[in-house]
Amino acid sequence: MTGGTPQAGDAGAVRPLVRVRGLKKSFGSHRVLDGVDLDVAEGSVTVLLGPSGSGKSTLLRCVNHLERPDAGFVEVAGEIVGYRYRDGRLHELPGREITRQRTQVGMVFQQFNLFPHLTVLENLVEAPVAVRGVPKPDAVAKAGELLARVGLDGRQSAYPRELSGGQQQRVAIARALAMEPRLLLFDEPTSALDPELVGEVLGVIRDLAVGGMSMIIVTHEIGFAREVADQAVFLDGGRIVESGAPADVLDRPGNERARAFLSAVL
Amino acid sequence: MTSDVSERTALPPAPADEHLLTARLVAPHRPGLWISAAILLVLAAMAVHTLVTNRRFQWPTVRGYFFERSILHGLELTIWLTAAVLVTGYVIGTAVAAARLSDNPVLKSLGFGFVWLIRSVPMLVQLLFWYELASLYPKLSLGIPFGPEFASFKTAHLFGGILAAYVALSLDVAAFSAEIVRGGILSVPAGQVEAAQALGLGRTRIFRRIVLPQAMPAIVPASGNLLIGMLKATSIVSVIAVQDLLYSAQLIYNANFQIIPLLLVATLWYIVLTTVLSIGQYFVERHYARGTNRRGDGFARLFRRNLPLFNRAGLAAGGGS
Repeated sequence: MTGGTPQAGDAGAVRPLVRVRGLKKSFGSHRVLDGVDLDVAEGSVTVLLGPSGSGKSTLLRCVNHLERPDAGFVEVAGEIVGYRYRDGRLHELPGREITRQRTQVGMVFQQFNLFPHLTVLENLVEAPVAVRGVPKPDAVAKAGELLARVGLDGRQSAYPRELSGGQQQRVAIARALAMEPRLLLFDEPTSALDPELVGEVLGVIRDLAVGGMSMIIVTHEIGFAREVADQAVFLDGGRIVESGAPADVLDRPGNERARAFLSAVL
Repeated sequence: MTSDVSERTALPPAPADEHLLTARLVAPHRPGLWISAAILLVLAAMAVHTLVTNRRFQWPTVRGYFFERSILHGLELTIWLTAAVLVTGYVIGTAVAAARLSDNPVLKSLGFGFVWLIRSVPMLVQLLFWYELASLYPKLSLGIPFGPEFASFKTAHLFGGILAAYVALSLDVAAFSAEIVRGGILSVPAGQVEAAQALGLGRTRIFRRIVLPQAMPAIVPASGNLLIGMLKATSIVSVIAVQDLLYSAQLIYNANFQIIPLLLVATLWYIVLTTVLSIGQYFVERHYARGTNRRGDGFARLFRRNLPLFNRAGLAAGGGS
């Protein structure tokens, strides 16, 4: 049994923002997720740790249906992600419904994935205008505020390639925030950055945590995890082998694999 | 380098630093560059000389027929046939590319089969096939597949030379453009689509706004090639007596036996059209270079870089880099 994940139906408990139950996913014969249960409370920060290939990124990508699970389900804000339950079956939702669900969940990628042919401003304004129907002037004003928040106001007309990696990742965070998501997913947000640029991106994420943003973060930055996380989760071989308060998971891991990994990266 | 150190004792003393700091930089002598340039210039001069002085080219005759009414009619047909074929071909080709990239196994296989078949058959054979369709299918009818028919018509009246050319060339362009478009779409990193999906953008919006603009830099140069190739390939329709630019020239020289001058007339017009298309391609490419470092090359600068002989600054810049 995996620790730290309260069972559904706990009397009086507030329903978590994210509930993952029995999640399984294989790529060919390789089992990447092997029955994952996880809860993320609204306004909390969960850090996913583990060796590469342990299923962290796949778990994250299942949360906004970039991957289809083979079994189990993910629930965000009370809705099953990507499916509708009817007559004992989970029917995959039509594209428009999946798109609507995704607007609640922002994602930040390891490789930033800014749109290179659009300016910083156009990157930020595209989705609010096209998807949420925000009037263009409002979206532009909001983009300015968000850029100020990540310390990049004034760079609206720059193209992504004119920015450093750290700046690009901060724009990517602002772009995700522009959709006013209830949950932010970070897939190794600093792994593609030069060491000296890691700090500026972590600083922005730290500010978001202080502001009460719900986040799930895949990272190898153990010190950062200890500082911002409300919950730390250690995956190995597609299973959660350790989870709980960061101090317990990071400093006193009971699992042998977790202990070996953490002593190697610390 | 290490061998230099051991020889250094035998060399004269190294010059003082202040001499090195004030010394002028001298480029290495490159006699090969000068010799090859001289040889090529002589060859080019010979080519121009023979073009001008060989009376058998009959330039006055070329000039006389250049704006001949039937030539201009042929030119007009060549231009609009190329345009119609390109537009139709690219519409079908984009659909075939979408089919090949779809998850639907039937569409995927049919798309592959179409490209395979059309690319396998020589264009001339395709052209003759459509031209001779009447002998294969004397009658075409509209109706339910394998069921009753509502209307039918004779193909003999349907497939004249121009329509046969239009259909055959359009299908050819469709097969080749499908691969160009598919390659362009595949060149866009998967992360771009995922980022757009994560933002909640819909499928059509993602294709139109995110994928296509990034695919265009890969699609445009290859399409320019295809377009220019097709412009000249339309001359193949002369075999089924469609009066395009080349066939119009042939009709005249069949009557007056001025073969070379009339072929030159057609050639010069093809050169004019290709030049116009190349310039157009340049501007389209520049439009889609948004956000890359390939932007900001003015047309004049591009011209100077490719023909530095006409501009000494360009030559210096080219030699320096």
